[in-house]
Amino acid sequence: MATVTLHNLVKAYGKAEVLHGINLEVADGEFVVFVGPSGCGKSTTLRIIAGLEDVTSGEVQIGGRTVNHLEPKDRDIAMVFQNYAIYPHMSVRKNIGFGLRTSSLSKPEREQRIEEVAAILSMTEYLDRKPAQLSGGQRQRVAIGRAMVRDPAVFLFDEPLSNLDAQLRSQMRLEIKKLHQRVGTTIIFVTHDQVEAMTMADRIVIMKDGHIQQIGTPAEVFHQPANIFVAQFIGAPSMNLMPGRAVAGGLEVGGTMIARETGRTGAMTVGIRPDDLCVTQDKGCFSGRITLLEPLGSETLVYVDIDGQEVVAHADGRNPPALGAVVQLTVDPANLHLFGADGEAIT
Amino acid sequence: MSEIRVSSQSLMRKPAKGPRDPYAVLRWTLLAMGAIVMVMPIVYMLSASIKYPFEMYDLNIIPTEPTFENYTYVLSDGRFLRWFGNSLLIATLTTISAVFFDALVGYALCKFTFRGRTFVFIAILSTLMIPTEMLVIPWYLMSKSLGWLDSYWGIMFPGVMTAFGTFLMKQFFETVPDDFLEAARIDGLNEFQIWWSVALPLVAPALSALAIFVFLGNWTAFLWPLIVTNSQELYTLPVGLTTFSVEQAVEWELIMTGAALATIPTLIVFLIFQRYIIRGVAMAGLKG
Repeated sequence: MATVTLHNLVKAYGKAEVLHGINLEVADGEFVVFVGPSGCGKSTTLRIIAGLEDVTSGEVQIGGRTVNHLEPKDRDIAMVFQNYAIYPHMSVRKNIGFGLRTSSLSKPEREQRIEEVAAILSMTEYLDRKPAQLSGGQRQRVAIGRAMVRDPAVFLFDEPLSNLDAQLRSQMRLEIKKLHQRVGTTIIFVTHDQVEAMTMADRIVIMKDGHIQQIGTPAEVFHQPANIFVAQFIGAPSMNLMPGRAVAGGLEVGGTMIARETGRTGAMTVGIRPDDLCVTQDKGCFSGRITLLEPLGSETLVYVDIDGQEVVAHADGRNPPALGAVVQLTVDPANLHLFGADGEAIT
Repeated sequence: MSEIRVSSQSLMRKPAKGPRDPYAVLRWTLLAMGAIVMVMPIVYMLSASIKYPFEMYDLNIIPTEPTFENYTYVLSDGRFLRWFGNSLLIATLTTISAVFFDALVGYALCKFTFRGRTFVFIAILSTLMIPTEMLVIPWYLMSKSLGWLDSYWGIMFPGVMTAFGTFLMKQFFETVPDDFLEAARIDGLNEFQIWWSVALPLVAPALSALAIFVFLGNWTAFLWPLIVTNSQELYTLPVGLTTFSVEQAVEWELIMTGAALATIPTLIVFLIFQRYIIRGVAMAGLKG
């Protein structure tokens, strides 16, 4: 186990700078998830930590040791790739044991280590199979096993679940989480899927265009987003954003005055999570016509047109309102998220 | 409402046959002609190898008096076995060398970024455009100045690495995802080990195809071995077979017998590796 520290990390390809000074402290044994849209720099950051990319400037430390100039093999890390990168010409046993080829362990010790890892991953009975004879989830386990067998200080995962179907993905999410709880190794996990980030991470690092937008626990980034980008990126469906104006004694939004202290006056953007915006039989804050219904079983997502602005709210799954009906929507003023003209949250 | 009437006759009627493909006959005829053109020389070679000299210039496929004396004669002639051995040795060593170096250079050109990479690749490719007949002059001058004339190495050196093979392997290595190589790098392998243990097995079909191309090319090579060798002991099989043709007479039955025997290794190689050849050719996008 080890800490990972990134200090003012900059990466440029020629004149194009893709990482603009990344600073991050990953604690020993922590599970940190990098999340963001394609091209945000999350995989590049991971590859720099792994030593697969050179850093233009800045410092990478693993376990308190600067590793900028160390080869990947000397960094005491293991990496699981998006397409598994398990060798098709080798059996599961050889794949898992591949990382031990350069170790000083004797052959019986290596065999024992392979058996142990296979047992942890429930792959013992598949040790003599080739990857082509395995399912997607089993291949992913082999990839994880190959990383585990070396007992590294840090695990790096580069979108390892993106090639799996939805059911398998959620199963593997749980398995990786359990694995982390069991071995306690520091994990840095890259994904573009915010559900993966929310469900697995101790802390989430949200990135955009080579900048870190926010670092926080899943609850923090969901309930206290630092800016509009984070607010919209985290949570599904995305947060509703409506133009608002703070005046003395309240907040004008969607043609309604809501009693909410804002600490300042003037134009701002008001964010409301769909979960916080409920269809009600009583008098609500907003009124609008339903344009679309998305039944999800336990609840129904309701798309409502409020004065030309479409928002997503939620309604009871058993007795949803009718399409085209005019409904009242209510929200707790304390759950409104306020953002200034620069897109940053107003606290 | 309108009624739909269906007679039992109409239901039981067999589907009408569509018009015959008017081009099918033409296609098959052309294919058959092509097959005959390609197979006839081989059939004639086999036929001639079991004929007596008096019947050699008859065009009959089945000899009136078939004989295996030609085979007995050729196989008991120590020279033939020597040439056969020479060809086998030269083709095998050249194949091993070409496959090794072509794969190594192709990998480097594909997976490493270095200054002048494109120039080196184009320079290697450009040698493909020069016919062998033109290359034999510098080869000869080089062999002469380095003392390689009339030696095994003199026969082999032009083939120890091939531009075609380098190009072929580079194209195949393009299909190997970098993740495999990076995973091995993290696992502690050096670059040669990565190439040998990870990259090469992933392009095994291409290696097999290349091995067969190189082996066949060297097995049948005639012009360069003829130029570079003087001693009969160093002749390869195609060169040696020409000694059956002397000023007074051409012993076609012996040449054909030798040629028939010479096809055996190539047939064996092809039968063993044919699925790799087909796969390799298909993957390389080349026409067979």
